[in-house]
Amino acid sequence: MEFYLYLALFAPLAGSLFASLFGASKKNLIAGLVPSLLLFTSFVSSTILLVHILSGGEAVHVEMMTWMATGDLYIPFGFLVDEVSVTMMMVVTIVSTVVHFYSIGYMDHDKAFNRFFAWLSAFVFSMMVLVMSDNFAGLFIGWEGVGLCSWALIGFWYHKESATWAANEAFIMNRIADLGMLIGIFLVYWNTGTLQYNEAFAAMPSLETDVLVWTGIFLFIGAMGKSAQFPLHTWLADAMEGPTPVSALIHAATMVTAGVYLVVRANPLYDMIPEVGIFIASLGAFVALFAASMALVNRDMKRIIAYSTLSQLGYMFVAAGLGAYWVALFHLMAHAFFKALLFLGAGNVMHAMHDELDPFKMGGLKKAMKWTFIMMTLASVALAGIFPLAGFFSKDLILEVAFIEHHYVIYSVLLFTAGLTAFYSFRLVALIFHGEERYKLFGVHPHEAYKFMLIAMSPLLLLAIIAGAFKMTYFEMVTAVLPATEYHVHSAMTYWIMTIGTQLFVILAIAYAYKKYANSNVKVPDGTSKMENRLCYKILSNQYYIPYFYEEYLVKPYRELSAVFWKQVDLKVVDATVDGIANIIYTTGEKTRGMQSGNLSTMLKWMVVGTVALLTLAVVFGLAVRYSVEINAILSALGVK
Amino acid sequence: MMEITLNHYLVLSTILFAIGLVGVMRRKNLLMLFFATEILLNSVNIAFAAISHFYGDLTGQMFAFFVIAIAASEVAVGLGLLIVWHKRHGNIDLDTMSTMRG
Amino acid sequence: MFEAVAFYLFAFLTIAMFFITVTTSQALYALTALAAGMIFISAFFFILGADFLGAVQIVVYSGAVMALYAFGMMFFDTTRDVKEKHGNKLIVSGLSILVAVLVVVIIAAPIVSTNMSASYPMTEGVGNTQEVGMVLFTKYLVPFEVAAVMLLVAMIAGIVLAGKKMDLSLTLMSDDDVRQVKEEENKKVLS
Repeated sequence: MEFYLYLALFAPLAGSLFASLFGASKKNLIAGLVPSLLLFTSFVSSTILLVHILSGGEAVHVEMMTWMATGDLYIPFGFLVDEVSVTMMMVVTIVSTVVHFYSIGYMDHDKAFNRFFAWLSAFVFSMMVLVMSDNFAGLFIGWEGVGLCSWALIGFWYHKESATWAANEAFIMNRIADLGMLIGIFLVYWNTGTLQYNEAFAAMPSLETDVLVWTGIFLFIGAMGKSAQFPLHTWLADAMEGPTPVSALIHAATMVTAGVYLVVRANPLYDMIPEVGIFIASLGAFVALFAASMALVNRDMKRIIAYSTLSQLGYMFVAAGLGAYWVALFHLMAHAFFKALLFLGAGNVMHAMHDELDPFKMGGLKKAMKWTFIMMTLASVALAGIFPLAGFFSKDLILEVAFIEHHYVIYSVLLFTAGLTAFYSFRLVALIFHGEERYKLFGVHPHEAYKFMLIAMSPLLLLAIIAGAFKMTYFEMVTAVLPATEYHVHSAMTYWIMTIGTQLFVILAIAYAYKKYANSNVKVPDGTSKMENRLCYKILSNQYYIPYFYEEYLVKPYRELSAVFWKQVDLKVVDATVDGIANIIYTTGEKTRGMQSGNLSTMLKWMVVGTVALLTLAVVFGLAVRYSVEINAILSALGVK
Repeated sequence: MMEITLNHYLVLSTILFAIGLVGVMRRKNLLMLFFATEILLNSVNIAFAAISHFYGDLTGQMFAFFVIAIAASEVAVGLGLLIVWHKRHGNIDLDTMSTMRG
Repeated sequence: MFEAVAFYLFAFLTIAMFFITVTTSQALYALTALAAGMIFISAFFFILGADFLGAVQIVVYSGAVMALYAFGMMFFDTTRDVKEKHGNKLIVSGLSILVAVLVVVIIAAPIVSTNMSASYPMTEGVGNTQEVGMVLFTKYLVPFEVAAVMLLVAMIAGIVLAGKKMDLSLTLMSDDDVRQVKEEENKKVLS
């Protein structure tokens, strides 16, 4: 089994290194195929490990080599494949394999084809390190690794100013959160003396509650950054500047869920501090609603899906915060499949529409892009949580958890959000695929994506449909390490009312979306309609003015402060000091170069100067020796000796 | 004043040495430089002889002999070099001897 | 009394001669003044009782060294005034005076230890030349021989330097010229 572990872990790295060999050369199909095939190998290995775990095998735990051993600190490169990490591995490898094959088609015309695959595979490797590490240090390495790869891939089209800006925004926001994470890890080490998960969690029950609360809070700050929770959420929407496969893989399916994974992984810690759990759940519910509301009015296809991701992450945090870790992980898995599918479908549409992102300028694409239409509709249905697709099982479960745990406020918020989710998902579908063919106004001739791209997407479609069926298998497997709380509504009556009520509510929302946006009256908004001038529309379309607030009250003062420091401190103190030292040396050199003129007469003069200096020293030292007693007396009187 | 002591000789020696130094620093003609060097050596010889006399020790005179020997060799080799230089460059001006410039 | 008169007289003459040597612009004047100064210095040696040293001084300087300079000067155009650029006179004189003052301070101020004792005392009833001979061939035999070898080396060096072929300088020639010279030498060896 160890072999498969190493294969699953290092195959993406090999692919990345292989592709980077071609980094500077022209587009080469090999550079895309080899990493994809290696990832497929990684996927197969993960599957073998999954089968091994499912068949009741023990968790695979290896220690590849010692990383740090200084004093009491001992951190190995250790890897652990247990029920939780194997779930994550499956998610990561399935989605990334699909995305890799898809990208061969999607990036077909891009000049930097090879570079794209180098970074994409490097990302998968980092993600694998993140989920497979058996200690916090390894997790942190993977954490930073995915951050770096995410930065490079968001800014992949670095000639676009907005792309580099978004990349830097994502990177900086994540650094802020990573500081919290790092403090959390330090607290763990400080108090338990180890960074290994099992040892650290075993030592935690004996610690004071305060320490645990702070550790939990700081670790959660790290998770907030990666999973783009409020108030660090702005980067995720801007990250859509990257190529769409990147959005599908990194900003929907895998990296952004790392925060959820962290909370799930640290479940023994969060179990001990339920008050922090409540906070996490509340924040999650807030973000779910908050993000969904922004998705309602947005006019950028990818941003809508990004806000939807944000909203679903909120759901996951609700589940994780309420102690239903396996539910969170289950929703994470199901969400990864249909959200990646949704993004890839959006990628197809973008290709067909020549990178047009505004759904109002599309319409009626279902004729030209039949398969994409089917896939995106099914993915949206899954996202909306209609029986019997994956979303129904995972998302309704979260609603039930909130209900059973008696957090009715959270429950109602989530229920309302479920309606919003259905509305904005089908608003998008209706605008893109139904109604009049508005794109004709812009002279676009849409075409379906390559066949193999659609085939590559099909596993995701399949999983989005059937993932819910594995609920019980999954529950039995994962509860070997996670708290095995089954959530059943006590009375069957209540359960059926809840379920059917939710379904009806969601279906109504979908129907309303279709009614409003699938007819032939939809026009490209030009800022004059009545709705667009409403206050709430403006607030929502401006994302609650939060980016504006950040820009105005954080970025600008910081920039001004930096300018002050630059002009006052850096230029006048630091630079002046350095320049001063350099000037002293320059002037000394300039003044003394006369000595080195090579003129014998000058040299002789300097020789005489040397003689004078030596003679002076002789006199001084002679006097000093002669009057040494007196000098000593003076020195001792002054207190020197 | 009338009693001539060691200090008188040493002061004389110092004055001659200073004159030699003036020559060394001032003259740009290589031949004159050699003359100034001779003055320096001779001023030291006076000091040696005087100390030898006033301390009743012959070592000073011995040193003076060796100084004279060195002066003679220096003149022989130095003049040879001077002639070579003059043959090649047609002058013996110190300011033109700047091959040691970097 | 006689000693004092002789000292001041010769001190004045020596300083004057050497002053002329370092200040005159005529090479011949300088040479002559230097020779005169040397002879006046030998007078001090006689006053100090170092007869042999005085004799050597006259023989070596006025005889050998001056003759060498005179011969050397025949190569140069001595009738022409020596044109020299003089730098800052203040520095030159200032430095010299400073050196003089410092040395005088060292000598006159009782900084050097005063208890010097004679290691080779003058033998009574023996002339200076005899004493010199005795010390030179016992204690200073090895330095004496080394000095002899050094003089020999200097003589040979003088002959070689003033001889033929020394107007070529390998360091100042370009690489091509050096190669050419080497080839010529090789041809000579081969033929």
